[in-house]
Amino acid sequence: MLQFTIRRILQVIPTILVVALLIFVIFSVVPGSFAASLFSDGRTTANPEMIAQLNRELGLDLPLPQRFLNYVMDLAHLDLGTSFRTRQPVLQLINDRMWASLQLAVAAMIFAVVIGVPLGFTAAMRPGSILDSVTMIGAVSGLSMPQFWLGLLLMYLFALQLGWLPSFGYGDGSLRNLILPAITLGVTPLALLARTTRAGVLDVMNADFIRTAHAKGMSESKVVRWHVARNALVLVVTTVGLQFGSMIGQAVVIEKLFAWPGIGSLLVDSVAIRDIPVVQGTILVIVLWFLLINTAVDLIYAAIDPRIKQR
Amino acid sequence: MFKRISLAGVLALGTAICAFAEEPRHGGTLNFTAPYGSNFATLDIHSSPSIQEMFISQAIHRTLYSWDATANEPVLELATSVDVSDDGLVYTYHLLPDAVFHNGDPLTADDVIFSYKRIADPANAFPGARRISTIKGGAEFIAGETDEIEGLKKIDDKTLEITFTTPANPGFALMENNMAIYPSNVDVATQATEPVGLGPFVFKQHVPGSQVVVEKFEDYYEDDKPYLDRVNIILMAEGSARDVAFRNQEVDVSILGSTQYQSYQEDPALQEHLLEVAEVFTRNIGFSPEFEPFQDKRVRQAINHAINSPLIIERLLKDKAYPAVGWLPMSLSAFDKERKPYEYDPEKAKALLAEAGYEDGFEFEVTATPDESWGVPIVEAILPMLNEVGITVRPKPIESAALGETVSSGDFQAFIWSNQTGPDPLSVLRCFYSKTAQSSCNYTAFSNPEFDALFEEAEAELDPEKQTDLLRQANNLLQDEAPVWFFNYNKAVMAYQPWVHGLVPNANELALQPYELIWLDESAPESRQ
Repeated sequence: MLQFTIRRILQVIPTILVVALLIFVIFSVVPGSFAASLFSDGRTTANPEMIAQLNRELGLDLPLPQRFLNYVMDLAHLDLGTSFRTRQPVLQLINDRMWASLQLAVAAMIFAVVIGVPLGFTAAMRPGSILDSVTMIGAVSGLSMPQFWLGLLLMYLFALQLGWLPSFGYGDGSLRNLILPAITLGVTPLALLARTTRAGVLDVMNADFIRTAHAKGMSESKVVRWHVARNALVLVVTTVGLQFGSMIGQAVVIEKLFAWPGIGSLLVDSVAIRDIPVVQGTILVIVLWFLLINTAVDLIYAAIDPRIKQR
Repeated sequence: MFKRISLAGVLALGTAICAFAEEPRHGGTLNFTAPYGSNFATLDIHSSPSIQEMFISQAIHRTLYSWDATANEPVLELATSVDVSDDGLVYTYHLLPDAVFHNGDPLTADDVIFSYKRIADPANAFPGARRISTIKGGAEFIAGETDEIEGLKKIDDKTLEITFTTPANPGFALMENNMAIYPSNVDVATQATEPVGLGPFVFKQHVPGSQVVVEKFEDYYEDDKPYLDRVNIILMAEGSARDVAFRNQEVDVSILGSTQYQSYQEDPALQEHLLEVAEVFTRNIGFSPEFEPFQDKRVRQAINHAINSPLIIERLLKDKAYPAVGWLPMSLSAFDKERKPYEYDPEKAKALLAEAGYEDGFEFEVTATPDESWGVPIVEAILPMLNEVGITVRPKPIESAALGETVSSGDFQAFIWSNQTGPDPLSVLRCFYSKTAQSSCNYTAFSNPEFDALFEEAEAELDPEKQTDLLRQANNLLQDEAPVWFFNYNKAVMAYQPWVHGLVPNANELALQPYELIWLDESAPESRQ
């Protein structure tokens, strides 16, 4: 198990390096620079001297290979650089926003798991029933509904019509402010979890060993608890892992809509003004989060199903 | 159109006047929205070129001059009076005797000199540096050739002498928010996290990505102001979310987009509380002089005649704009009220094209961002109109961040943009002066000896009225020469809750309001009392 864990963790390093290279190259070749973006809103007129001075100060006048080398060296020292715009360390900017992003992702995932998994399980236990049909129609609707639109709908209903919850913002970090963005973000994984749980459970229910268990006279509740649940869990854990891993990236739109101060909205603003160190740092953190969650999922697999760590 | 403009002006002014007619009430919390992003990049306004941070500096800081939104001119802010030399170059400022910083230190001439030197420091590359270049020795300081700015001289603690290089009104440059006066004895590094200024509100809290909270400064130099106890400056970039929050009374003001504007106008409960103003932004399509057909004035004029701007404004922008007459917007004194916009006349356009030798038309591309008010959708709207006179247009999409670089490098046949065209007509028209580089702001590389002569004369003129008259002539000449398609002037619209008073029709940027003048009446919800 230890060897398996070390192997999986070591695989993260080359992935991070490739991602870092990709981000660097992409933002080096796309048109537009930080200095020039400062007057792209037409409010201020271009100032060639200031642009040149800024490019010098920010090291953007150096050759590309030199800049990449500096970037990798800084990265090796866990230094994500300094924001062009705020002139603060990128790590500090991300740190300021990370907690809000995590809060949102965890709350959305809890919402999705607590409702999605039991719903999918119950639907699978009664295939073809009204509950099954309603669950699947709900799941398809949840998957196909644009999050932005759903968010607006929830704002309209719970804030404007019912007046139960605030429509936007972080407030003092209370649960009231978290509910609407978390539900909006959690609906897609909820729908996906309900569908995959149902499919996984149905698959196991039709397996030979379940028939054998029934033939031995085992009670329905024991079959479900001991055999169905455990075997269906691998698919559920995979879905939870994938969804949880990509949730911070997915939250970009939700953060923007609800004025939620996470790293998603930081990323969007930074792309718009070509604040490359912040863009690079934020994307790296999102990728790292995804990789860590997936590594954790792999380790959980191994714990659930010993056959996996032997492969 | 002019009727509509006057009506909007009267309504806007009426709102302001009504607010002042009542007795302002002290206390309360204002939930103000900052709609231009999801982030305050810095609290150090010297380093900020963007409007977003100005929402904060407007509360915390003060500049030597400020903008009088009702009179539409810069006025002295941190000085009781100023003596100007006969040649209009030397200004002696008598600083406010009772202005103190939030840390209790009084304002002195040293603070002004310290602030201007910091803004101009070449090591900082701050956006306000170019404004210091109008001070004698400023350019040399910015270039790193000297350690002092020659034109800044302290007479005593409360008297400051500034020598300028031209007799132009220095108020326009020195009123900008990023020209704020900082205390000289406070570590400037702290200004990025805990700003200290002279403004009516003291910095209290910054929740990154969420809001900045400021509270009333008891020792503010204006008697009886500010009225509010607290202002929450809330980041709300998403228009539809802002709309819900406004309707839910969670925020007190909201800047409206064109779709919202239409729905607010149709709602009896909301239509009474809209503040409208023609902002100093001119939306336009700039023509490249490198592209052969655009070298002929008649072709540029033909395009102005071929496009039905009022129709686009009505259908696409839902009337949230005013058709542009020329380059300078309506609120500027150099705007000629007698002038009319180019008339929509396809036949005249065809005749002009034929005269110029393009009776069979030609094809060109317009570099455009996705912006709904001055981007690809507008290019798509003019496409059939120009097609009717034989011209084929292709939009060339570009990301917003890359537009400035593309245009200033001259890499375009035509581009569509929204450019700030005020409040200083002299600096705005400088962008069409032939000695101004394309990489600076003469984006269409405009060169016209007659215009140059008018501009130079205006620049040297000491009499404000004569100067305005010369600039008016230059602007009219620009309209005739049509280096751009004059599309529209932005109509900025702010919705405000019925309990909010003291808002002003700020033509420079409606979203920026003088917080110290704002007050809330008894009808405000309990959470704001």
